[in-house]
Amino acid sequence: MSQWKTICSESDLTPNTGLCALLDGEQVAVFYCGKTRALYAVSNYDPIGDAYVLSRGIMGSLSDVPVVASPLYKQHFNLQTGECLEEPEHMLKTYPVRLEAGEVQLQAA
Amino acid sequence: MSKQRVLVVGNGMVGHKFIDNLVQDPQSEHFDIITFSEEPRLAYDRVQLSSYFSGATAADLALTDEGYYNDNGVNFVLNDKVVELNTQANYVVTASGRKESYDKLVLATGSFPFVPPIPGNDQEHCLVYRTIEDLEAITTSASQSKVGVVVGGGLLGLEAANALKAAGLETHVVEFAPRLMAVQLDEGGGSLLRRKIEDLGVTVHTEKATSEIVPGETCRYRMNFADGSHLETDMILFSAGIRPQDELARQFDLEIGERGGIVVNDNCQTNVENIYAIGECALWSGRIYGLVAPGYTMAKVAASHITGGSETFQGADMSTKLKLLGVDVASIGDAHGNTPGAQSYTYNDEIEQVYKRLIVSEDGKKVLGAVLVGDVDAYGNLLQLMLNDMDLPDNPAGLILPAGDGAASVGLGVDALPDTAQICSCYDVTKGQIKEAVANGCVDMGGIKGSTKASTGCGGCAALTKQVLDAELANLGYEVKNDLCEHFAYSRKELADIVRVKQIKTFDELLDSHGHGLGCEICKPTVGSILASFWNDYVLKDEHIGLQDTNDIFLGNMQKDGTYSVVPRVAGGEITPEKLIVLGEVAKEFDLYTKVTGGQRIDLFGAQLHELPLIWKKLVDAGFETGHAYGKSVRTVKSCVGSTWCRYGVNDSVGFAINLEDRYKGLRSPHKLKFAVSGCTRECAEAQCKDVGVIATENGWNLYVCGNGGMRPRHADLFATDLDDETLIKYVDRFLMFYIRTADRLQRTSVWLENLEGGLDYLKEVVINDKLGLGEELEAEMVANIGNYQCEWQTTIENPEKLKRFKHFVNSDETDGSLAYVAERGQRRPATREERIQSVELVD
Repeated sequence: MSQWKTICSESDLTPNTGLCALLDGEQVAVFYCGKTRALYAVSNYDPIGDAYVLSRGIMGSLSDVPVVASPLYKQHFNLQTGECLEEPEHMLKTYPVRLEAGEVQLQAA
Repeated sequence: MSKQRVLVVGNGMVGHKFIDNLVQDPQSEHFDIITFSEEPRLAYDRVQLSSYFSGATAADLALTDEGYYNDNGVNFVLNDKVVELNTQANYVVTASGRKESYDKLVLATGSFPFVPPIPGNDQEHCLVYRTIEDLEAITTSASQSKVGVVVGGGLLGLEAANALKAAGLETHVVEFAPRLMAVQLDEGGGSLLRRKIEDLGVTVHTEKATSEIVPGETCRYRMNFADGSHLETDMILFSAGIRPQDELARQFDLEIGERGGIVVNDNCQTNVENIYAIGECALWSGRIYGLVAPGYTMAKVAASHITGGSETFQGADMSTKLKLLGVDVASIGDAHGNTPGAQSYTYNDEIEQVYKRLIVSEDGKKVLGAVLVGDVDAYGNLLQLMLNDMDLPDNPAGLILPAGDGAASVGLGVDALPDTAQICSCYDVTKGQIKEAVANGCVDMGGIKGSTKASTGCGGCAALTKQVLDAELANLGYEVKNDLCEHFAYSRKELADIVRVKQIKTFDELLDSHGHGLGCEICKPTVGSILASFWNDYVLKDEHIGLQDTNDIFLGNMQKDGTYSVVPRVAGGEITPEKLIVLGEVAKEFDLYTKVTGGQRIDLFGAQLHELPLIWKKLVDAGFETGHAYGKSVRTVKSCVGSTWCRYGVNDSVGFAINLEDRYKGLRSPHKLKFAVSGCTRECAEAQCKDVGVIATENGWNLYVCGNGGMRPRHADLFATDLDDETLIKYVDRFLMFYIRTADRLQRTSVWLENLEGGLDYLKEVVINDKLGLGEELEAEMVANIGNYQCEWQTTIENPEKLKRFKHFVNSDETDGSLAYVAERGQRRPATREERIQSVELVD
């Protein structure tokens, strides 16, 4: 049975930005939408730019799909599915994420 | 096959055009080209000659340079006039005795100014206006004169009058005919032009025939007129028309017209098969064409004939549109209504000083000609109607009535133009070529200009080119809308207006009131930049931080491996040894790859997030501040060392560069902005390739705007001359704020200017003459922005909350374990993907 791990507290979140967490040796980018209060978690690795940078991209929406744009070359990744909009052969790993009693938690595999 | 030897006599605009056509031809390898000029320099732009008096240099006027000729194997001989021609043995001899043979000879000898045979016309301060040497003589003479007279009220004469006026002389124009520009204008147009020019302080004397020039009483000379009156003046410029320079052809038996000019056929060949004549020296069908566009067409025809092409010369339209002494004047086709049965429409507004006359055919269906003074907006439409023999719309008067009288809709639908319609006569660009450029992906004026050259000559066709572009975009199904992105149905300019006028302070406020969705990486930084331009709030405030690109969030430039580079400000490129040592020590301590930038600063690469605050703490303590190298903002003001040290400097370029950089540092803008200040005309700071360039003169500073290097380099345009410090700063304040208000997202000043309706002249009107009445407002906005300046790094390192972001993991002090480096030339660089896989010789 996988378990939830706390990565930071709710007060550490800045609306409409991302942060990076270390989860069992993996880099996870966590995003928090100020408008919808939704949390998203995807791999921090940008497969196109070949660097661990996605938590530092700008988040937003394209046709109502929540996305993050890579800070390196600006490709968009669907925050819900991990799919790259411009090059769908690239798919980011996604992680379950939740807000529990004022703590942000990721589910370990 | 041995090469054919093509010899071109004369290297003026047309001679150069011919050479250019020939070297661009796929067959060019079969030809050896040699050209002779009696002038000391290669071809330059005679049409823009008067700009010499507003600060342009001989280099600015140049149409080509030695490098271009060398690269294309064109031999050239300057300062050596061809004086002998042997049409049997096919050779020429020059004044210096040089003998050159040819297979094909092209005479592009141009014309010379006609000086009326008036006794006393050969005195020291009696001059003409055609070459750069003439301009130099005029400048010298003007500096010793108070009053100047131009003889001749035609197009060139008025240009010359402008030059005298610019030199600060009391200026008179003396014309033999009853009106100014008698060839191009009718009586109504001529008299309005006269009134406008006299309002500018130039005195016009018509119907005056000069009988002699004698010593004056109050001035150097006195001109006595045939009607008994006289005029005193210190200098006289003759601009009474041109005569074809056909001396060489005349002496060596080529066929010459009765009143001069070398007779040519439709191929531009003279009566000797392998000799061509083009431009103002050529007489085609009994006519000399004294404009540059027909000369260019002849150049093209001759080059085509020599390379086996089939183009022929079929005459040329002499319609013209220009600005004389600041007055817009245009003449189309049969301006005098000489065609039998011609009828006309006339619009004459004495209040606004606008005169327009439209001449139509007997049946009222076709345009024959037009005269426009004071408002020439209709020029493009009317010209196309005439050239393409198109039927007039139902209400032809609407074509010349001012917009807003229910007449505005009577335009010429550019869709009606045939693809063969010539839109740009300077570069012979047709509607079809513009359509093709659009089909190949050009979607704005900058793109069209770059790929077709349309409207990069005189600029007269800019409005029409834009219409063709827009129509074609619409035809291809592009919706011509400037929406920033799917979240805002507004252009950047409109959003800037909304933010400014409604005093909007946050992105969320703007999104709620004028947008939808969540925003994206296009609109967020754009709005972030607009907010910063007008309100200049700390960019890392919670309500702004999500708008910023990672570079702005971490106040550094993200490199390919996700680390950042650090660039402290080094204003004007001036740095003390102590500070330089600090940079070296910091770089050493954090093992940062170190490189000098093009903007005279030091770039330190490879800083990880957690290192940035530590690095900046040391830098700020040593007196550095952020360099904004990461922002779409004012970057650097480059300078040469200037008069404090340099033997040649005429002003303190370093000091002024530092002042400018301190004033504008960090100003957020639609794109990055670069400045430079040179201490003399040698221009070591390369100011003419900057958004704002400043060059010291004996009398102050010359200001250049809208240049850039990069992918599509563009030289800056001369904007104003001999400014003092305060005036220059006032102009730059206005210029920058006007750009910030009106530019598109990521639009450099160069492209912005190319797309600005009215171009450089309009920009001058707004900034210098305050046409829009915005001057003080723009300056106040700049002052407010400057008042809110802060060093973002200093604010950040003093704020523990903000410093929390500067670590790789929110839940661990570990760093990004994927980073790997290899050593190269004594420093480290990121390992390539292959190197990482093989993990060869990585450094810690």
